[in-house]
Amino acid sequence: MTAYAPLDRTRSRGAAADRIFNAVTVGAAWLVLIVLLGAAASMAWGGRLAFKTFGLKFITSSDWDAVGGQFGALVPIYGTLVTSAIALIIAVPVSIGIALFLTEIAPRWTRGPIGIAIELLAAIPSIIYGMWGLFVFAPVMAADVEPWVNDHLGQWPVVGPLFSGPPIGIGMLTAGIVLGIMIIPFIAAVARDVFNQVPPPLKESAIALGSTRWEVLNRVSLPYARSAIIGAIFLGLGRALGETMAVTFVLGNAHDLSVSLLMPSNSIAAAIANEFTEADTDLYRSSLIALAFLLFIVTVIVLSFAKLLLLRINRTHGRTH
Amino acid sequence: MPSRLLTRRLADWLAFLFASAATLFGLFWLFWILWTTLAHGFAALNGKLFTEMTPPPGSEGGLLNAFYGSVAMILLALVIGTPLGIAAGTYLAENGRYSRLAKVVSFLNDVLLSAPSIVIGLFVYELAVVPAGRFSGYAGALALALILLPIVVRTSDEALRLVPDQMREAAFALGIPRWRVTSRILYKAAATAISTGILLGVARIAGETAPLLFTALGNQFWSAQLNQPLASVPVVIFQYAMSPYDEWHTLAWAGAFILTVFVLGLNLAVRVVARRGK
Repeated sequence: MTAYAPLDRTRSRGAAADRIFNAVTVGAAWLVLIVLLGAAASMAWGGRLAFKTFGLKFITSSDWDAVGGQFGALVPIYGTLVTSAIALIIAVPVSIGIALFLTEIAPRWTRGPIGIAIELLAAIPSIIYGMWGLFVFAPVMAADVEPWVNDHLGQWPVVGPLFSGPPIGIGMLTAGIVLGIMIIPFIAAVARDVFNQVPPPLKESAIALGSTRWEVLNRVSLPYARSAIIGAIFLGLGRALGETMAVTFVLGNAHDLSVSLLMPSNSIAAAIANEFTEADTDLYRSSLIALAFLLFIVTVIVLSFAKLLLLRINRTHGRTH
Repeated sequence: MPSRLLTRRLADWLAFLFASAATLFGLFWLFWILWTTLAHGFAALNGKLFTEMTPPPGSEGGLLNAFYGSVAMILLALVIGTPLGIAAGTYLAENGRYSRLAKVVSFLNDVLLSAPSIVIGLFVYELAVVPAGRFSGYAGALALALILLPIVVRTSDEALRLVPDQMREAAFALGIPRWRVTSRILYKAAATAISTGILLGVARIAGETAPLLFTALGNQFWSAQLNQPLASVPVVIFQYAMSPYDEWHTLAWAGAFILTVFVLGLNLAVRVVARRGK
């Protein structure tokens, strides 16, 4: 036995080090869970005063009065949903177009550079989008786009009221467009990867049967990738809902509910960014944290849904190969 | 049936046209935003940026304190976030590869990756600012570290998975314990990919504004102390751009220029190097 003692000792030392190493990695993995759950729990805890005081009225009332101590978050909730909807209306077709261009149309040598250029759009810090939106894009909206929108779309039946209002450049329409530009690269990058995962034999068979490129996309690639494309769209939606700085610059921080998309409004993230450091009462601060809680829960659900849909194509993809 | 063929060809042509237009649409905004930032920012550049502090309203100055604050908080965020991220990534790819915990963490890590950064800011406010009773550079760095964490977890997980299993098997066959296999062999093989991810993470947190608003807050004066409110480039850009003063707007553009060049430069450099490596 004594002859093997040194070896045993090294072995047991190795085993001890292994146990420590393993514990460190497990702990770090738990940390990711703790951050996510901790953020949700701390928002719920911080917002409890607002939820207790206002109950359901917190999300149904549009009365946001810091002086009177009344906090109803309908306006920021509405503004968040409307700007994200505008963003999706713009970003979804454009992103799918870009993905189609990058996978099927562009000459091979241009795919890398164009793909990188689109990805750079995602790398630009959101504060830069905000500054550009405030100083460059909003004036253009005010001077050229919104008067035109007023004169044309504003006259239409039913949707007219959405598009008539003072052309001041700052408002839900501008914010929605900026958000749309910001989420294009996220949806486009995932959609491109998804299209690239469509098994070539499927596409080749369709081409062999005489399909045009559009028919291959519309009847083979899109149906094959449908759930993952929806996942990509939800990923973009998750980004749009939580985007803060760009929206804060161009939304106008108003607390009035208005039908017109040209009017200033608010979003959950923008309200928090603008008002949190100025919130001077416990109830005010708690109301903003309660808003953060709602935002966090909704984005986590949207992003989880996106992830589930994206996981599915990987699994199908795994089976076919 | 020539007319049917014609409509099919027309549809194909329209799809082609639409996809090309969509790409031009995307590139159009990229160039517009870049052009604006570079043109306005370049005009605002001068030597004082790096030698003077942020000025009071209506006077000129620089951004030295903001640069210092940003660099200090990014470095500290790296010190906190990188080892934890790599350790968690190691669990996902190595120690716990087939475990249920790894599946759950991997899933939620991707959720955290896209979660609103302003909520992370509020979380750190509750976690660090309220107990300490004041805003501080430490809190700002912690918020940035929490943004960085999921990025490092994801890249180190992916990088380690790319290391061929033969390497692990060969090392285990020599009787090397797992921690040495991982630290001496696998990390070395995955080093380029992991550092690529960390650099992209730096580019991401350098521009983050929302998580710093309620943690580091900002500081108009020179302060090297991390336990005090600390200025940062993005927060200064935000405050100055939203102000009514022309001098502040000019400084905001200068900050935006430097931030954009840094972030996009880092992104491009990393991508070019990664591409050449392949």
